Amino acid sequence: MAKTIAEINEKIKKGKAVVVTAEEINDIVREKGEKKAASEIDVVTTGTFGPMCSSSAYLNLGHSKPRIKIGGGRAYLNDVPVYTGIAAVDVYIGATAMPDDDPRNAVFPGAFRYGGGHVIEELVAGKDIRFSATSYGTDCYPKKSIETYINIKNINEAVLFNPRNSYQNYNVAVNLSDRIIYTYMGTLQPNLGNANYCSAGQLSPLLNDPYYRTIGIGTRIFLGGGVGYVAWNGTQHNPCVSRTKNGVPRVPAGTIAVIGNLKQMNPSLLRGTTLTGYGATLSVGIGIPIPILTEEILRFTTVKDEDIFTQVVDYSDAYPQGKPDTLGEVNYAQLRSGKITVQGKEIKTASLSSYVKAREIAETLKNWIKKGDFLLSEHVADLPSIESEITFKPMPSKSVKKV
Amino acid sequence: MPKKRLVLTFPSRLVDQPITYFLIKDHNLMVNILRANVTPKEEGRLVIEISGKKNDIESGMTHLNEIGVNVKPLTKDVRWYKERCTQCGACTSICPTEAFFVNREDMSVSFKKEKCIACELCIPVCPYRAVEVLF
Ligand code: SF4
Ligand code: SF4
Repeated sequence: MAKTIAEINEKIKKGKAVVVTAEEINDIVREKGEKKAASEIDVVTTGTFGPMCSSSAYLNLGHSKPRIKIGGGRAYLNDVPVYTGIAAVDVYIGATAMPDDDPRNAVFPGAFRYGGGHVIEELVAGKDIRFSATSYGTDCYPKKSIETYINIKNINEAVLFNPRNSYQNYNVAVNLSDRIIYTYMGTLQPNLGNANYCSAGQLSPLLNDPYYRTIGIGTRIFLGGGVGYVAWNGTQHNPCVSRTKNGVPRVPAGTIAVIGNLKQMNPSLLRGTTLTGYGATLSVGIGIPIPILTEEILRFTTVKDEDIFTQVVDYSDAYPQGKPDTLGEVNYAQLRSGKITVQGKEIKTASLSSYVKAREIAETLKNWIKKGDFLLSEHVADLPSIESEITFKPMPSKSVKKV
Repeated sequence: MPKKRLVLTFPSRLVDQPITYFLIKDHNLMVNILRANVTPKEEGRLVIEISGKKNDIESGMTHLNEIGVNVKPLTKDVRWYKERCTQCGACTSICPTEAFFVNREDMSVSFKKEKCIACELCIPVCPYRAVEVLF
């Protein structure tokens, strides 16, 4: 029996909705069968927490007296440069921004202790952030420089806006070379010394709704400990990839762009992150509820780690050179066991994303819905799916005329 | 037989002294060097594991203190800031002694201090700066 989101919301309001996590659903279906489970269960919650480099925030700081036009000038939050090319007192801070005087990788491997992601975490934690700006002065905005402290409590808006989060599946990174390498997938020891992966597997939002049947533009989600929305498909959204029978992509595929009020978020779920030798970023906690509208939607949520496959990629050569080669396929049950075998060698695995936090997020969202604190939203437009004919384009290579 | 993991810090004037040799010969201790950072003319640092009879360990330690070596138990050095840890597990594949390990049933990460040899491999690997070595 098919349900509607409106019907599920009525049950949520009455505190009667049956909500389980994407881990718990597997036992329930094993016990009751798909048909019964689909009619009894209203919502399955998912979760993920990991480094998501395409994260950012925009702030409206209010006007100083006399006014300053930060737009077109230069501005910094705790010495981390922010983008000023929007309006007069709106600034945009990206997770990977670094202070101008940070040595980056000049001293290799760079430590990247403090960047844009760390500023966002401290801002959300309610700490005072030093703001400095210089500008050119106009008749209506005469002030040319400013230095002050801002605090999330007393700026007009603080909005988290992440152009690409929540990757649907991701590579396993290894290193075939004979030297240690420092990557966005962490530190990789030489000669297949270790393997790093970064997905919550069976708990991960887009792996539980592989064709984006319920997750779309306008879907209300758990974002950074608060409430947010899916704003658009994420950048590099690439749905037309090889998939298994159950619809699950075998390579990185869909992504979502998400947005939400930073003022209601929690710094433990928006963490400034350091990838030695690579850069600074932000780790983001996201949870998405999946309304069980049909038996098919339920079946998608029963995906297990052993059914989710991904590619082992050499980050010393294949990845940096943009070669499509993979060293084989493994599943998330193998990855989570702590060991995989690549080229006949048994190697230790580790995750950059936190399964523990992913589970906590799915649990928290479940409890919000059960208590009636979180209603589901009907999405207003679909994300492009396998019919979209999207292809993943490389950067064009053209010779540039010197003038 | 009692075992101890120790961090020995000694001034430059002692750098050319065969400190571990004295421990072995004069105090009947078994010495296993876990890490050594000894540069001529600079302060030296040795991480060792010693095993032997209790009173031999004591007399060995007294001897080290007398000649001016600072002796600290090793486990004090590596600190895991649990509240900063996200339980990701990135440190666990790199840790040579499995001091950091994943409890596979729930995927939580634990730290067994007594296994740590302060090799510091986990420090740059932790994306959340949740491990530090204090000297
Ligand atoms: S310092 Fe070395 S032995 Fe100790 S926990 Fe870190 S990696 Fe393991
Ligand atoms: S790498 Fe850091 S955050 Fe991750 S489990 Fe180890 S100590 Fe915790």
